[in-house]
Amino acid sequence: MSAISIKKTNKWDGGHSPFNLEYGKVMMWYFLMSDAFTFGAFLISYGTIRFSSVGWPDPNHVFKTYPFAPENVNAPLVFVSIMTFILIISSVTMVLAVQAGHNNDKKGVIKNLILTIIGGLAFLSCQAWEWTHLHHEGAWWGSNPFLNADGTASTTNFTNYFFTITGFHGFHVFSGVIINIVMLIMTCKDVFVRRGHYLMIEKAGLYWHFVDLVWVFVFTCFYLI
Amino acid sequence: MENNNKHNHCNEAHTHEKHCITTETCNNHGHDSHESHEHHDNFITKYIFSQDHKMIAKQFLITGMFWAVLGGLMSVLFRFQLGNPDDTYPFLEAILGKWAKGGRISPDAYYALVTTHGTVLVFFVLTAGLSGTFANFLIPLQIGARDMASPFLNMLSYWFFFIASCVMLSSLFVETGPFSGGWTAYPPLSALGDAMPGSKSGMDLWIIAMALFVVSSLLGGLNYIVTILNMRTKGMSMTKLPLTIWALFFTAVLGVLSFPVLLSGFILLIFDRNFGTSFYLSDIFINGVGALSNEGGNAILYQHLFWFLGHPEVYIILLPAMGMVSEILAVNSRKPIFGYMAMVGSLFAIAILAFLVWAHHMFVTGLNPFLGSIFVFITLLIAIPSAVKVFNWLTTIWRGNVRFTTGMLFAIGFVSLFISGGLTGIWLGNSSLDIHLHDTYFVIAHFHIVMGVASMFGMFAGVYHWFPKMFGRYMNNSLGYIHFWVTLVGAYLIFWPMHYQGLSGMPRRYYDYSIWESFKMYTELNKFISIVAIIVYATQILFLCNFFYSIFKGRKVQDSNPYQANTLEWTTPINPGHGNWPGEIPEVHRWAYDYGKDGKEYIPQNVPIAADEKEGH
Repeated sequence: MSAISIKKTNKWDGGHSPFNLEYGKVMMWYFLMSDAFTFGAFLISYGTIRFSSVGWPDPNHVFKTYPFAPENVNAPLVFVSIMTFILIISSVTMVLAVQAGHNNDKKGVIKNLILTIIGGLAFLSCQAWEWTHLHHEGAWWGSNPFLNADGTASTTNFTNYFFTITGFHGFHVFSGVIINIVMLIMTCKDVFVRRGHYLMIEKAGLYWHFVDLVWVFVFTCFYLI
Repeated sequence: MENNNKHNHCNEAHTHEKHCITTETCNNHGHDSHESHEHHDNFITKYIFSQDHKMIAKQFLITGMFWAVLGGLMSVLFRFQLGNPDDTYPFLEAILGKWAKGGRISPDAYYALVTTHGTVLVFFVLTAGLSGTFANFLIPLQIGARDMASPFLNMLSYWFFFIASCVMLSSLFVETGPFSGGWTAYPPLSALGDAMPGSKSGMDLWIIAMALFVVSSLLGGLNYIVTILNMRTKGMSMTKLPLTIWALFFTAVLGVLSFPVLLSGFILLIFDRNFGTSFYLSDIFINGVGALSNEGGNAILYQHLFWFLGHPEVYIILLPAMGMVSEILAVNSRKPIFGYMAMVGSLFAIAILAFLVWAHHMFVTGLNPFLGSIFVFITLLIAIPSAVKVFNWLTTIWRGNVRFTTGMLFAIGFVSLFISGGLTGIWLGNSSLDIHLHDTYFVIAHFHIVMGVASMFGMFAGVYHWFPKMFGRYMNNSLGYIHFWVTLVGAYLIFWPMHYQGLSGMPRRYYDYSIWESFKMYTELNKFISIVAIIVYATQILFLCNFFYSIFKGRKVQDSNPYQANTLEWTTPINPGHGNWPGEIPEVHRWAYDYGKDGKEYIPQNVPIAADEKEGH
């Protein structure tokens, strides 16, 4: 016994998690890293093609309107800024839900989860509107009505990448909303009260923040640059 | 002093308590309670939808073996064509129908066979079959865990693989045949459905199967990583892990970070195939059709995305074999592994470098020569950790008290093949040489020896070595020896001559070489290679018979530690139930390689350090 007790204890010595985390959270972190590579591959492909093309449409020209806007309105990036704002606010409410979970505050968790779900749905609705609008203008996979910024004819890769990558991101937001709805149902059914902790909410939160973070990059690539 | 010790000990207990923030964290203790009562499974939950890592490992193994038989058979079929391009074999028409009209394999069928052989062997056999089997089987047993971190996701991982297998299998039976554009699926052959018969629905099924496979690999890989990090038994620090576990850890990390890039590449490919995009397509003119409207894409982009997975994939295939071989060599030489930390370090170096060398597959794509020189440099750096590993394996068996079990023979065979195939890698890694050797039989010879056959040897070594743990019985030794010698000699006889063919410029993937004057001199050699390939393939049937016969009728294991090995899997009962240890999980006090220490033949990891014993390695 004395031989053992002299030994220094080290968090990597086994018998417990070295990060002080249960497995699901470590798994979520690795999953997010993996998913970051998926998005990274998409965005780098986009960059490769964009910078090897002779020209590219000007986002200020493509994204210049919003719902119920008057004809010929010129409001570049206003609508997408609202979308981005909604998504970032939904990250704030997610943080509040996680925080409420830490305090075992069931009501707070429910309230903030509902707000987060509303934020997610609002973002998806905005995206649906934007896609529909662009589609009406003739944009879709394989067809690009927009000219390059310098007025020359553009290839279809602007719309190809736009719909593929924002679509893939939208799919992530959609799965995030589904996850949050499941979390909400579990919270209402007192599953976490019985478990004594709200760690599941934290994991859902990690995923949600990641999806928001990815949007920042997608937003930058397609709307700002 | 006494007081002080007590105090420390209390502290330790206290911190340990604090770590237990949830029952899930304290997996060792949490699982104990439900392991104590033996729950009786029915047939479905025990053999089919099992969540026991050992059963899932066996499912991976047997599915992998199914694919190995099929993929191997394909190579035999196309070797028929290569060996005897002028002869006809009526029985081929009987088996393959319209794909072998008049007893001669058609060009379409030939390309389909080559493509499916590659895909199946690389992904379904040597990725799922190898790391799926041994990561599942060995990780919980060797780190001292009841099961994987998430047994449910682990089960899903197998069933995604199973569905992927079904889809891939079904692609063999579609009207236009399976995909035929090479296992790398380069566009435009993979992106244009009208490119050839094999680019039609066969390719759709191929890509669906591969996407499902990526999901399977992700679920499995996440589980392996987290299990190794989080679920080690008390005392099992990272530097006490057996090398198998280190290798499987790096394999899983490689998979989790490289497969998603392939998935992205595939998603873009799906859009190009079905939705009129041109991510990979530009400036294509087809005779009789005219110019395609696709503009602005880049076929080389696909190659970058593919090889960003493709190169780590090579190490996903190789590292588990390296880990198992390290373990098997040490156990059967009755010596500690030489240079444990160097082994871990070289695995780490290989894992990092694996991500930085992908463009050495693309030297002839018009890659900027300066960029190429950087990839040459990083590629050649891999020779260093590889050489460290080889040196350490050789010094491990040096003057060892070697037991030539079948597993040991295959492990030694692995080292031999790894050296032979690795040396030609140095040739191919140089862009100046590669421009000549690219897409020739030299490449075929190189990667079949260093990655294909060598990893198969690692897999065989693992199966023979851990068969007693898997099924509580031994495989037949004599059959094993025959299997080993025929396969080793056969592998060299098949692939060694291909180096010469490649050096003289014989390109890969051609249907019939006899019409080229320059390759007429190889007619007899090709025939010879085909004959050896058939013999080697037949010998694998011997292995299968041995395997399945031994599961039911093999000699029973009497001793729970038949090899006098140190690792924890041998502290479980001969036929461990779900949960692995009937009582407490053993605590670990030493590394896995205390062989011949202080005059003792072996000291298992769960034996405490004696008072007068010096710890460490």
